[in-house]
Formats: sequence, structure tokens, C-alpha cells
Amino acid sequence: MIGTLARDALLVSLAVITFGLLIGPIAIAKGRRDWIPLSYAAVYTNFLLVTIATVAMIVALVTHDFSVSYVAQVGSRATPLLYTVISLWGSLEGSILFWGWVLAMYGAAVVFINHRRPGDLVPYASTALLAVSLFFTILLVGPADPFKPVFPVPLDGPGPNPLLQNHILMAVHPPLLYLGYVGMAVPFAFAIGAMLSGEVEHDDWIRITRRWTLASWAFLSAAIIAGMWWSYEVLGWGGYWAWDPVENASFIPWLTATAFLHSAMVQERRKMLRLWNVNLVVGTFVLTILGTFLTRSGIISSVHAFTTGTIGYYFLAFIAVVLLVSLVFVAGNSLKLKTVGRFDSPASRETVFLLNNLFLTVFMFTVLIGTLFPLVAEAARGVKVSVGEPFFNKMTLPVMVTLLFLMGVGPALPWKSASPELVKQKLLPPFALAAVFGVIALLMGIRNVYGVLAFTFTGYALFANLREFYIGAAARRRAHGESWLMALVLLIGGNRRRYGGYVAHMGVFLVALGIAASSSLRTEQEATLEPGKSLTIAGRTITLRNVWGREEPQRSVIGATLDISTGGKVEPRMNFYPTSQQPVPTPEVRSYWSGDLYANLQAFQPQGKNATVKMIWEPLVPWIWLGGGVVVLGALIGIMPAVRRRDA
Amino acid sequence: MAGISRKQVWMIVAGAVLVSAFGWLLIGGLDKNVVFFLTPKELLAKGNSGYEVPVRLGGQVKPKSVQWDDKALDLRFVLTDGAGDVSVHAKGAPPQMFRDGMGVVVEGKYGRDGVFQSSSLMIKHSNEYRPPKAGEKPQEMYKTLIKGSGA
Repeated sequence: MIGTLARDALLVSLAVITFGLLIGPIAIAKGRRDWIPLSYAAVYTNFLLVTIATVAMIVALVTHDFSVSYVAQVGSRATPLLYTVISLWGSLEGSILFWGWVLAMYGAAVVFINHRRPGDLVPYASTALLAVSLFFTILLVGPADPFKPVFPVPLDGPGPNPLLQNHILMAVHPPLLYLGYVGMAVPFAFAIGAMLSGEVEHDDWIRITRRWTLASWAFLSAAIIAGMWWSYEVLGWGGYWAWDPVENASFIPWLTATAFLHSAMVQERRKMLRLWNVNLVVGTFVLTILGTFLTRSGIISSVHAFTTGTIGYYFLAFIAVVLLVSLVFVAGNSLKLKTVGRFDSPASRETVFLLNNLFLTVFMFTVLIGTLFPLVAEAARGVKVSVGEPFFNKMTLPVMVTLLFLMGVGPALPWKSASPELVKQKLLPPFALAAVFGVIALLMGIRNVYGVLAFTFTGYALFANLREFYIGAAARRRAHGESWLMALVLLIGGNRRRYGGYVAHMGVFLVALGIAASSSLRTEQEATLEPGKSLTIAGRTITLRNVWGREEPQRSVIGATLDISTGGKVEPRMNFYPTSQQPVPTPEVRSYWSGDLYANLQAFQPQGKNATVKMIWEPLVPWIWLGGGVVVLGALIGIMPAVRRRDA
Repeated sequence: MAGISRKQVWMIVAGAVLVSAFGWLLIGGLDKNVVFFLTPKELLAKGNSGYEVPVRLGGQVKPKSVQWDDKALDLRFVLTDGAGDVSVHAKGAPPQMFRDGMGVVVEGKYGRDGVFQSSSLMIKHSNEYRPPKAGEKPQEMYKTLIKGSGA
């Protein structure tokens, strides 16, 4: 019943979208501004209808309505409520539904926030978003229909994939990823709107777009970090990044979006890079669709690839249409996208932004080619290959450390041009902290070149970014006689975009230190212990207390309790789910400022006679998660609208 | 618009040089770091060129071939695809319920001594669920596992 209702809602939304797609352009062409609200109404109605379908799915999941195909596929009466609700995005059809809902929500938000803006930009942009919505709604009534009726109705279902119901981060990582990924459709829609309305000559659309990109970028950054964290906490291998195609799929558009956030400033300030920016915006969107194709079509196997079906062809066709349409529009607008401003001097902030974009683009292509290569090799030569981590590490580490260094140079240099004296005065002092950080890295025992360079350049960039805060706050203190804290808060508040950016840089530094230290200095000990016996790792003695078992409603648990000599205990476990042939490893992590103690139960003897445990010392890994939080904080500071102040 | 200035020529040349250098680096990097997926039969068919290169080897655990020393954390078994057998050696504990006939993928290098040294071992699970057969239910296995543990 509820399945029929949801399906009808989606069918009606198909009609509503079609109406919206027609009425918007017709209204603009005929100059009938009074028809534009009809097009906006279509956007709102579509949001309402997809919301009905999504809520219907959640209700079906929660009430265990196994007559709905998706519920029969992922539902189970034994699954706890929270995991039942979030299994909405636990498999293919549900995730496409959720995707469609996020997209419809963004469409409604764009109209709601911008509908008063005069001109044709917003009507065209909202129409472009409707066009993207059309694609996802077609998927939902066609190849990815989650509401197919099931007969006879099963009494119970298998429940979600055990890996996806084993950790609370499954409630966090996917929605963040969708908000980030789908959000990149908004800048794309504005780029299309700007080209159609002729507003691409002015830079106002970039200002609007930049804020939407920043919001999506913040979600995507948080999603990538949360995904790393999930992989670290759940998969039991003690790592957080393996250059897996799925990780790459989320990271590739992040790189182009990051490039755009920087190059957009060059366009606003110096009226340059217009054509480049349009390409970055379109490219980022296409890369998110490509990423969805990679992870949802089943052509690569991973926890994210659900099933093989025809859906891949739909995505390929959609990518082709988007590329073709964008190419035609960009080519048609190439005269309007000509650069007006010009470079005054190589010693300027815009030069550094240009280099930043160059390196981020190189980074993006490297990861993209490494990710797609196995597909191409299989299609062309019929061989099954995978591109190993060494490729990605070898190719991208030089780029990463260079970008870290540039993060110190960019903020230090002024726009337009800097005199040789200024360059010297700005760029030389940070080397002091660079040297300190380099020595710290060596003292910690890091011996690989890129580990030491990452520390050194982080020191360099940290100095340069902190100095910007210091100079600004000191100037405020002189001018207004404020306290340091007050001056700092008002400084950031008065120029949120700039200082929000520097705060985000700080987060990146924390992440960089965490990655450099943990990938260089990780140590592990594996041993089969009897109760009372111990092993030693990173100066701590770990003693096995006992091996135990426990029944939980949806699973059975075997665990080992280990005492840590410095206090506390860890309890790595294995969870046995009824539907899985394999137990799901459930490591436990104990965090300290200096790193994580990571415990995984590898094997055990039936009578609890012994347990094989792997203990890993992971230096500075908590800094990565902390850094992710700081990055998001920086983005939030940059998104908030500037508050008008009396003294401004 | 018609003529191309000297500056633009230089920019095009510089761009072409950069792009080709980047492409050359990429291809070189890919060439050295591609890992082939092979079955035991395919690995054995490679003869000499199959030794000491990184490979992912996929197949089934040959029944009754598993030797696991839980003190030394030393695992040996034979991987088979029905047409060829390869002895595999790995350090570290096998995944729980590692058993005969199970599909596994090992990554590592095939040594000239005829033993494949595995650096990582993955269980091949299918993404699709099938209902467990009788006697295969994890809960039942779990009960036999903790029987007598007093927990």
C-alpha cells in the first residue's frame, strides 16, 4: 500500500519536473516574469513529492513492510531501529532514492534563498537542477525502483549488510557524502544558468556559486574524513586509506572543488580564470556523477558496489549528455569568458593560486587515471589488473608536500605584486618553524623523505598562516585597544572568508601531521595469548584477561578483554550476524594525544583457551579526525554571511 | 583574434611539454605498479616471468591443506583453481573460520622456491546474500565456539 503511494508520488514528480523544465525556459523566452513562479512551484512540488516517497520508505522500513522490494532486500525484524532507518542508504535503490531526495532539497533551497534575485540566472539554474532531478527520478521509476511489489510477502528479511550495521559512523558518513556529492550539482546549475542567461560576463554568479561550493565542500570533506574513520574503526586492518576506487571516487571531485574555491578568489579579485572556473565547476559535477557510476554500477567490487545491473548504462548516458551540453555552452560563451585582468607579477598571491590549481589538477588526473586504468585494461586487453598503492603514493606524495608548502606561500604574498624586500620579509621567517618541525620529525624517528618533508612544510605553512592571524589581531589591538582574544574573534568575524580559509588550512596541517606520522612510524605486534599472558607495544604491556561470548538480539559476539599497563582496557570483538558467512571484525581503539592503541581480535580457540590479537600503535592518528573537524569549522566560518557591524 | 602572438606560442609549447612530461611520468608509474589478478593456473603458465613480481592470486583453499601454527603465527596452505595448485605462505593469523574450499585472494610474490609469499590475504565474499545452509548458521558455529568457555 505504502509502496504504491510512494511510487505514485514519484510518477507525479516525473510529470511535475517535465512541466517545470518546459515552463521555465518558455517564461524566459516570452519575457513572462509572472510565469517564473510556476517553475519555482515545480521545484518545491518535486521536493514535496520526493519527500513523500522517502518518508514512505522509512515508514516501510520501520514497520517491516516486506511487500516493498527494498525492505525485503535490506530489512530484518532483528535489526535495531537506528540501523533499520539508516538502511535507507544501505543498498542501491534506497541510496538512489536518498540521493534524489537530497537533490530535490538542494533545488528547493536554491529557489528559497535566491528567488528574489532579479535576472534569469536563478530561473535557469533551478531549471538545470530539475533536469538533474529528472535523471534520478527516471532511475527511481525504472532500473532502481525501490518500491517494486513483492509477492508472496516474506515474513522476515536478511537485514542490512553486516559491515554497514556494525558502527554508528554508518549513520554519519553516507548522508554527509550525499550532501557533499549532490551539492556539487548546485554550482554546476549556476554555471549553466550563468551561461544561458548571459550573466557569465559578470562575476556575481561566482560569488553565489562559491558559497554553495564551500557548503558542499565542507560536507564532502567531513564525509571523506568520516569514511576514513569508519574504515579505520570497522575493517580491522588499522588503516584509513588504501586508494580504493571508492575512496578515490569521493576524493577526485574534492580536489577540483578545492581548486575552484581558490581560483574563484582570483576571478573575483582580478577578473581572471573565468573559462577555467566554469570548467572546474562543470568538471567537479561530472566527476561526482562518474564517482556514482563507479560505485553504483557494480563494475568495481567493494563494500559500496551493490549489484550489477543496467543502471551503469544510464549513468554513462547521463555523463555523456552533461559533457556534451556543457561543452556546447562553454564553447558558445567562450568570448564572454575571456580574461579581462592580467598577471602583474610572478611574486603575487594569484601566482600561488595558479600553482595551487595546477598541482590540484595534476593530483586529480593522477588519481583519476589510476582509478580508471583497471577498467580500461580489462576492456581493452581483457586482463584483470589493479593499480597498487605504490603507484598512488609515488605519484601523489610529491604533489601533496608541494601543496603544503604553497599553503604557506599563498597567504603570505599580497595580491598583484610584491617587492623583493616584501617577498624576503614574508617568505624567509617561516623557514625557522620549518626547521624545527623537520628536527621534530627526525627525533620522532621518521626517516622517509616525504614524511620529513610533510613535517617541514607543515611547519613552514603553519608559521605563515599563524602570522596572518597575528598581524591582523595586532593591528586591531593597536587601532581599537582590544584584548588579544577579542581582537582575534573580531578579526575572523570581520573577514570570515579569508580567515575561515586559514582556519581550514590549520585543519589540513593536523591531517598532514597525522598521516605523515602514522604512515611512517606505525608498529604492530601480533601474538596468540593465553589468559594472563601479555605482549609489549609502544612501551605498554598488554595482558589478556579473558575471552568471552555474549548474545545480542541481532548478533552474537565473541570478545577478548585486554588490560593496558598504563591503565584502562581494550575489548576487540568479532560480531557474528545471522546473514553473514564471516564474522565482522570489531576492533577497539584507545586514543591518546600521541596516538592510538588499536586492538583487533584475529582468532580464538573454542574454549577461550587463547586468543590471537593484533595490537597496532598508530602515532598521531587522532589528529587526523581532529583536523577534519577544524577543516569543517573553517568552512563554516567562511560560509556564514558577513554580519554588518556598526564600526565596519 | 587572427594571429597568434609570440607569448601564446610559448604558452602552448610550455603546456605541451608539461602535459607530455606528466603523461610520461604517469605511464611509467602505472607500468611498474600494476598488479595482475591471476589464478594459480595462469600464474604457473607464466613460467619464469611469474616469479618475484607482485601478483594478486585468487582461488580456493585446497581441502586439508591448511597448516596453522598459532605460536609462530605461521600459515601455510595450497591455493587451487582446479587446474593448478600453488603453495602459499603467510605470516599472521588467518581470518576467523578460514576453512577448506573457501574463496580467497592473496597478494604477494611467487618465489623461485615454489612458495607464494603472501603479504595480505582477503576472503572473497559475495556482495549478494544467500540464506545460510543448515549447520552453517553463524550462531550455531558461535555456540560451538564458546561452548565450555564459561562465559
